[in-house]
Amino acid sequence: MRTIPIQATAAAGLSGCNEETGDVPHMNLPLARREFLKGSGVLMGTLATGSLLAGLAPSTVWAVELKTLSKAEGEAIMAMGRVLYPHEKLPDAVYALLAKDLDGKASGDAAAAKTLKDGVAALNQAAGGNFTQADAARKLAIVKAMEGQPFFGTVRGQCITSLYDNDMAYATFGYPGSAWEKGGYITRGFQDLTWLPEPGKAASPKADL
Amino acid sequence: MAKFATNDDSVVVIIGSGAGGGTLANELAQKGVKVVCLEAGAQQSNASFINDEWKSFSQLAWLDTRTTSGSWRVAKDFAGLPAWICKTVGGTTTHWAGASLRFQEHEFRTKTVYGTIQGTNLLDWPVTLKELAPYYARAENKMGVTRTNGIPGLPGNNNFKVMHAGAKKLGYKEVHTGNMAINSQPRDGRGRCLQLGFCFQGCKSGAKWSTLYTEIPRAEATGNFELRSECHVTRIEHNDKGLVTGVVYFDKDRKEQRQKARIVCVAGNAIETPRLLLMSASNLFKDGLANSSGQVGRNYMRHMTGSVYAAFKDPVHMYRGTTMAGIVRDEAAHNPKRGFAGGYELETLALGVPFMAAFLNPGGWGEDFAWWMDRYTHLAGMWLVGEDMPRETNRITLNTNVKDQWGNYVPNVHFDDHDNDIAMREHAFRQGERVYEAAGAIRTFRTPPYPSTHNLGTCRMSARRQDGVCNKWGQTHDIPNLFISDGSQFTTGGAENPTLTIVTLAIRQADYIARQMKARTI
Repeated sequence: MRTIPIQATAAAGLSGCNEETGDVPHMNLPLARREFLKGSGVLMGTLATGSLLAGLAPSTVWAVELKTLSKAEGEAIMAMGRVLYPHEKLPDAVYALLAKDLDGKASGDAAAAKTLKDGVAALNQAAGGNFTQADAARKLAIVKAMEGQPFFGTVRGQCITSLYDNDMAYATFGYPGSAWEKGGYITRGFQDLTWLPEPGKAASPKADL
Repeated sequence: MAKFATNDDSVVVIIGSGAGGGTLANELAQKGVKVVCLEAGAQQSNASFINDEWKSFSQLAWLDTRTTSGSWRVAKDFAGLPAWICKTVGGTTTHWAGASLRFQEHEFRTKTVYGTIQGTNLLDWPVTLKELAPYYARAENKMGVTRTNGIPGLPGNNNFKVMHAGAKKLGYKEVHTGNMAINSQPRDGRGRCLQLGFCFQGCKSGAKWSTLYTEIPRAEATGNFELRSECHVTRIEHNDKGLVTGVVYFDKDRKEQRQKARIVCVAGNAIETPRLLLMSASNLFKDGLANSSGQVGRNYMRHMTGSVYAAFKDPVHMYRGTTMAGIVRDEAAHNPKRGFAGGYELETLALGVPFMAAFLNPGGWGEDFAWWMDRYTHLAGMWLVGEDMPRETNRITLNTNVKDQWGNYVPNVHFDDHDNDIAMREHAFRQGERVYEAAGAIRTFRTPPYPSTHNLGTCRMSARRQDGVCNKWGQTHDIPNLFISDGSQFTTGGAENPTLTIVTLAIRQADYIARQMKARTI
């Protein structure tokens, strides 16, 4: 199992104050204070307790740090990701990866940042204020109307790797990923399907174990 | 491994180390011929291969800039990635699925059998199945192809069970786990298939044949072979008699080098091979090397392809085991009653979640796309691969607007589907759907072509010099010591996965080159 590529944080309050200075952190996130002052955003959430992913994750609390996009912009992109690829079973933490990866592209690329910020502004404008607050049908109509635009292409394209190439997605969709270190499937169910007739030995010889 | 001087003009230089180049190199080295193999990619190994689709793609795929044009859907979906082939020692034999089928007899004489088809450049091969049969046998033995040489077939996985049940119900007769260059039992110093499910990512168990760990180390052991990896050839040079004299390349340290040669064999796959001939244009050969016919880069074929995925009520787990786990061959024959010339194969194929997202429906989104991904464990998949028509206008050219990292023009890949390709794809999609419907599919989905893995025909063989680039031995018509040693030689594409035929031609070409060298005719 690879590490979930989201910064894991201990539940707030557990680590207490700084022994030397006595300062109590406001949020137990691995962030430098300076970065808050730059106007960056932090997306946070929790994995549902008792869910499949909560059992796999090092912590149920997740947080994603944004360097260029604001929290509100990150949330709008997460919401757009859910419109594009609506998976009830995928937690917000996965859609936050989309915001994180796009933020990564925007950082150090002014043109990309402008495309994203303008795009989010257009989403909000079309929603009459706040895209994330629009109802599902309205969100879909707004996104659909943007198809073909560079902003749409950027977000949709990024979804393919951000949403579907991570351990939470693997676990959600039932894909185990790397098989080599487990010895492949030769003894682990590569032919365990029983709801159809067996092909017979001529078509499919017995496995040589 | 031997080490040859760059001014040693007695060596045979082979460009590329895949199915064509790697095989040719070993066959020549075994006969005592000195070979320098220049491979653009880096050296990997079974240990360094990665069971992760995107990471492996970065490790193995040829990602140098390429451009596309034409009406084929790949130009829209993957504008910068016309082909999914490799830049690594072993070439695309690291990535291939292992399907090893002989061409059918009629596929060597399609002009005669199919007749005139408007908008095609059909031509009979200058070689017949009968002539190739003994070399096919050697290739199958070398590669350890299942269901040949007494090697049992592979055990079928769940994905195959679905295909088999549906195909049989539909009345198809020839349905089995294929002729695969994947060990079903230990053979030739390599173990048997562990059903990893990562055939496309480089086989970590080594059960699948690749020149990387068969031909190349054997060539090295002869003392007649030197492999230089991360060496990108940019030009083939010639003398005023019109014979090639060596090649210019950038080495690992990006330093320009010149290797002299007695013979040069080009095996860079059907995009880079013609590109290199075109880039080597000179005062003597103004249109590029070996291009008096004007056919270099033309007749680019990429096989009619498409995929059908199907969702079932019960689980399949198609990702478990061999990627290409089985085949239906009943549609492979030429049967014009179906409304098109040539035939096609139906072969199982599975993708992991990351590549399903990328390839299921490129550009697709929304509820319907999500519906398919949500059912990932309940999907079965197959690939459709058939003969496409050679067309002069489907071609590789130098794109003079775009340069690569070496300052050379990138190749542009232009392709328009012929009506015959479209009719065949429609038929294949329908039959694929019917197979899965017969097995109880809830829904089926038509996935458009992936970037081309079977790139063929761009320096084709011809009996007459005005019809093609090389003769029946792969020797160019214009330059006797310049050879084409990969799938670029194919006069037409056949319905079958091309690797076995590429290896077959390489074995045969090695015999020819060795004979000619001995006779001092080249």
